[in-house]
Amino acid sequence: MSIVDIPVEDAGALAAGRSEIRREVFRELLHSPTFIVGAVILLIWIICAIFGSAIAPHSPYAQNLEGINKAPSSAHLFGTDQLGRDMFSRVIVGSRDILIIAPLATLLGTVLGTMVGLFMGYFRGLVDDVVGRFVEAFLALPVVVTGVIALSTLGRTNLVIIVVIGILFTPLIARTVRAAVLLERELDYVAAARLRGEHAPYIMFVEILPNVFAPIMVEFTVRLAYAIFAILTLTFLTLGVQPPSPDWALDINANYGVVPAGYWWEVLFDALAVATLVVSISLISDSVQGALEG
Amino acid sequence: MVRFILKRLGLALITLWLLSVIVFFLGQVLPSDPGRSVLGPLAAPSAVHALDHQLGVDKPILTQYWHWITHFPGQSYQYQAPIGPILTSALGRSLKLALFAFVIVVPLGIIGGVVSALNAGKPTDRTISVVGQSMLTVPEFVSGIVLLVVFAVELGWLPVTATAPSGSGFFTQLKYLILPVIPLVMVLFGYIARMARVGTVEALESDYARTAILKGLPRGVMIRRHVLRNSLLPTITVIATQTGYLIGGLVVVEVLFRYNGIGLLTYNAATQHDIPMLEACVLTIGVVYMIVTLVADISFSLLNPRIRLRAAE
Repeated sequence: MSIVDIPVEDAGALAAGRSEIRREVFRELLHSPTFIVGAVILLIWIICAIFGSAIAPHSPYAQNLEGINKAPSSAHLFGTDQLGRDMFSRVIVGSRDILIIAPLATLLGTVLGTMVGLFMGYFRGLVDDVVGRFVEAFLALPVVVTGVIALSTLGRTNLVIIVVIGILFTPLIARTVRAAVLLERELDYVAAARLRGEHAPYIMFVEILPNVFAPIMVEFTVRLAYAIFAILTLTFLTLGVQPPSPDWALDINANYGVVPAGYWWEVLFDALAVATLVVSISLISDSVQGALEG
Repeated sequence: MVRFILKRLGLALITLWLLSVIVFFLGQVLPSDPGRSVLGPLAAPSAVHALDHQLGVDKPILTQYWHWITHFPGQSYQYQAPIGPILTSALGRSLKLALFAFVIVVPLGIIGGVVSALNAGKPTDRTISVVGQSMLTVPEFVSGIVLLVVFAVELGWLPVTATAPSGSGFFTQLKYLILPVIPLVMVLFGYIARMARVGTVEALESDYARTAILKGLPRGVMIRRHVLRNSLLPTITVIATQTGYLIGGLVVVEVLFRYNGIGLLTYNAATQHDIPMLEACVLTIGVVYMIVTLVADISFSLLNPRIRLRAAE
């Protein structure tokens, strides 16, 4: 080690520096058109999710067997489905379940993955090797395939979906966190904490964790988009959200059989809704990544 | 080098064994009663017990695991037939679909990434990145259904299912596979383009690229000889790791387009609790993924002198 003058900062200055960086990142985001477009679309869907029943012109559940499979018109903007339910109302209210389940599942995966990643990266050695082998074996199975097995087994309630997706994401997030921790643990502040006699949990969670926060944030936004992807896919396979909930993927599954008969409006608007939601998240995650990594 | 390959093979075998344990216990978690699900709800309890005994599901779990491994892949409950032939023909059909997807997406993704890198920071780069990133997150069933509506139903250019009539020629089969392949291509394009872009940007900023420029090589030659050779290597590995996503996508696309591949087989086995079939499918998927990544890993190190020489030390 070379002897150089290292300015010693007190904790207050360090915290101020951190919030300064945070403000900088935020300012950069507000100047990024990608972020603004993504955020506006997402905000619209969040408003639909919260106030959906109030905004929707009809009840998403109300059946009208005399007006089934009606093409879009001024009475029904997006037409009606096979039970005569208003597609426009179903698309609006359809944002609710996915916007509750996906963030919770991602949050669970991020918390668990961060803990596993911290342990693997901090202890290295045997812990890392053994857990790493399991992670690798686990990753050989696509999330959708494991999800199909788990959900067809454990039942199909929203809580089960959250737990299953959260656990499936854990190794993926752990891998990223581990890589970041491996770099951090070699730095002087970790050695200093060890010399002070701090315990491993303290060093991991109080010293290292705040410093690997940026990659964890990026990972969260990227995984959120993939959680939506995975949950909607499982729902499309009838293993996710259950009827009669208005859900985009569920509606597509229920109605794609009548598409060859020409009733395209019963799936197309749901498909566009999914596309706009996932694209908005990936625009946000792209710009967050850009802002954090400079 | 031989030692490196042997080490990778050894690790792969350990991973494979762990995978078989995970898959087996996933199957065991299923709270199902095989005898009951084969015989139906009206069968007498004694008959159910007898069948359970015949299937061996009343034995201790380790005995069952051993029996499963030694008699792999075993008998399907649902088909009442050996799994092997059903699985191989489904796997063959899926490989056809997957190969078609790769043949389209690999050159497309690499071109996209390289064009992006050569225009780094310009609008072309931003457009390719944002479009790629967005396509990556659109689920296959969503793009699939839009394609179905537009090209199969409204325009009537392409068939609505993926399965060509039996005995069709090569090009007829391809025509049936075009629509199912596009959603897979869309998802994979983003990843491959991003990795090709990262690799190319890195190579462009390297010292050897600068030396090539300084010694007066034309830009085209510099890019072809110095940049692409180095940047495309990591892309191989990335393409291999995408096999997992591809298989996940196969499940959805095969269900949507009613194509009898391993994805549809896995899905049906899961929803109908055909546990031996499910376990066989899932293990096969895992093995395919591991073989592909292993081959990519080894060919990567064979092609890359830095790893080849370090391993020899």
